[in-house]
Amino acid sequence: MGSNGKKTIVVTRFDPDRDEVPRTQSYEVPVQSDWQVLDALNFIKDEIDPSLSYRWSCRMAVCGSCGMMVNGEAKLSCKDPLSKYGDTVEVTPLANFPVIRDLVVETEGFLERVQRVKPWIIRAKEKAVEEGPVRQSPRELADFSQFSMCINCMLCYSACPVVGNEPHFLGPAAIALGHRYNLDSRDEGADERYQIFREEGGVYACTYANECSEVCPKNVDPAAAVNQAKVGAVLDWAKGLILPRGGEG
Amino acid sequence: MTEVLRHDIVIVGGGAAGLRAAIAAVEADPDVSVALVSKVYPMRSHTVSAEGGAAAVDRDDDSFELHGYDTVKGSDFLGDQDVIQYFVQEAPKELTRLEHWGCPWSRNEDGSIATRAFGGMTTKRTWFAADKVGFHMLHTLFQHSMRFDRIVRYDEQFVTKLIVDGGAVRGVSALDIREGVSRAILGRAVILATGGAGICFPFTTNGNIKTGDGMALAYRAGVPLKDMEFVQYHPTGLPGTGILVTEATRGEGGRLFNRKGERFLENAAYGVGSKLELGPRDMISRAVDQEIRAGNGFEGPHGQYLHLDLTHLGRKLLETRLPFVLELCRTYVGVDPVTQPIPIRPVVHYMMGGIDTDIDGATEMPGLYAAGECGNHSLNGANRLGSNSLTECLVFGARAAIHALCFAKGVEAGSESVARQQTEEEAARIASLRGQRKGGESLARTRSQMQEVMEEGLGVYRNQDGMRVAVEKLAQIKERAADIRLEDTSTVFNTELTAYLELVNMLDVAEVAALSGLARRESRGAHACSDFPERNDREYLHHSLVRFDDRRPRVEKKAVTLGRWEPEARKY
Repeated sequence: MGSNGKKTIVVTRFDPDRDEVPRTQSYEVPVQSDWQVLDALNFIKDEIDPSLSYRWSCRMAVCGSCGMMVNGEAKLSCKDPLSKYGDTVEVTPLANFPVIRDLVVETEGFLERVQRVKPWIIRAKEKAVEEGPVRQSPRELADFSQFSMCINCMLCYSACPVVGNEPHFLGPAAIALGHRYNLDSRDEGADERYQIFREEGGVYACTYANECSEVCPKNVDPAAAVNQAKVGAVLDWAKGLILPRGGEG
Repeated sequence: MTEVLRHDIVIVGGGAAGLRAAIAAVEADPDVSVALVSKVYPMRSHTVSAEGGAAAVDRDDDSFELHGYDTVKGSDFLGDQDVIQYFVQEAPKELTRLEHWGCPWSRNEDGSIATRAFGGMTTKRTWFAADKVGFHMLHTLFQHSMRFDRIVRYDEQFVTKLIVDGGAVRGVSALDIREGVSRAILGRAVILATGGAGICFPFTTNGNIKTGDGMALAYRAGVPLKDMEFVQYHPTGLPGTGILVTEATRGEGGRLFNRKGERFLENAAYGVGSKLELGPRDMISRAVDQEIRAGNGFEGPHGQYLHLDLTHLGRKLLETRLPFVLELCRTYVGVDPVTQPIPIRPVVHYMMGGIDTDIDGATEMPGLYAAGECGNHSLNGANRLGSNSLTECLVFGARAAIHALCFAKGVEAGSESVARQQTEEEAARIASLRGQRKGGESLARTRSQMQEVMEEGLGVYRNQDGMRVAVEKLAQIKERAADIRLEDTSTVFNTELTAYLELVNMLDVAEVAALSGLARRESRGAHACSDFPERNDREYLHHSLVRFDDRRPRVEKKAVTLGRWEPEARKY
């Protein structure tokens, strides 16, 4: 691919060993026309400044490592063509997360939320392998398929206006994942998860901003999952009023 | 004082094999404590990039015999037949387990598991979840693993050394990437599950983390690597990036064409017979390579390429079964496979070779096990069939865990003082690297040089001269690597330091691959020597071992376990 001239990449730097507060550093990078933002960062790392730190691996938008803000928008840097930007491109760490160093942010809180929604199949009696696969029709699969596509890139957390203000909020990806299991015909754990959804920081903290779905690079539509989960959590609560907990509705 | 942590089993690597091993261990023993140590968060592991599917007998027209024979023949008779027998029998159970754990396998109308065709497989036996199979398997395993609090994760911890005492492995020294400190993690048994080493090459489907770390750890501890000359080139990578276009495209009916519009696999000389696009990967990559060499390729900004055509399959099928291929082609080459052919060329995809283990995943070193791509159980021999490796991670991850557990029950925990002393030595070594090396060589350029040497010497076709040159140049690069300049002094998330440690690992792995290749003066599976074009069972029906002995690599042989299938000409 042909050269596409030069661009100035302005990157937020922060090394807790030496910096009190984040600073910015500019790099002039000769870019190719088919480059993604990640390619420019790799050029900086390999050719200009080996101390620049960021996470990346698959460079095909599936490992979810390389989320960052590009000109203020949450992006996977491996799936964000440089050509659509002007001469200066600003790269900062994902918003709403503590920064560990440069573009590397804290992941622990996110994974703790994912774990909190019990993202595994819950059944009263587990199936034995000898019984073979459970039947699931293509229609039943389609019920949850979209919500199973989350790559845990955390872009939705950095776009969500609630995540920044509500430290307990489960957040879009975790709710979408819990909802994915609730919708799975093989699962029997919905009432456990609805209970979690109704707790403080659960689904009702969401303010319908829809930003999560707009930045999602995999079209998971977490906003739709959250909205469905809100309805489900209410119905489940109402069911609990009529039937004793654990009763079949 | 250096921290020493204690567990029963230490697993290095959080991809499919490592996660499956961790789950198998805690399910088998209600008291066991497992450390899952990975240089990345588990869901970033490269399993995530696998696309096409996982093989296991399911249909009425299939059988263990057929899957076994296909795998033996695919391996060019270098697979151990007892291992293959065990693998094909366990495969359906493992994929069923994953189904019970929530993996969203694609379905037939009646709700049964759907299967698709894959290269070298006689019938449709590849289970799939559209074309994001590795992604779904990895996330299913990771999410299921969260049920168990006895799986203790050590995320973003880079293992720099095996702790060895009295000839047995006792744990690992791990650098906390985030904090910059080294800790000892003691285990009565250690399972390495760190994946392959595609980044030894410049053009690969592999993610940046695939740097052969586990292979190098075992090798430097004296455990041999096996069959490392067999590097799988996948026929269909996107030019420029090397991003994988799954074999499932051909399983669903995709066709390969050259610039003249010929479906060149019809040429009998390519050996795929009536299988055409569903031939094995080694043969199709050779055919693509030859077509390009013959001038039948298209000229592109990233070199020559051929066409993979899916346009006749129709939008509906592509959107249902191959949505990721659509996304990848539209995003990274600006091609819409619904209406346009996809540009492709062969790309380094998988290391058949790995840490020498037996059928249980046990290495020569007491307590040390390996599973997944970093191990070599002799399942894949000289050429792996597509969709066998995801299943392999499950079958042999689980088996390694059960055997590691048995081993662990019979031994005392390692000595804390030995672990501390060895880890303090590691910490000192790492401190002497971090921003402290004033040498004249660039890290990135040294890595590129290694990659170029590997592509030149161990391409789709090799020859003796080329491999000899590769061995010599790699030795020179290794020397120069001691003079690499390291500038980043930070203790926090110092990725220059980890990239250096990865490069040192890759240089060992690369050297072993080149030496193994040089010693095998025949053509078998993915090892195609232009100066020895025939398979030579009389002299080379054996595995290659390379052992680090007296600070030098030594090439050895190991017998192949044959069985009901005698070696025969590999014709399709």
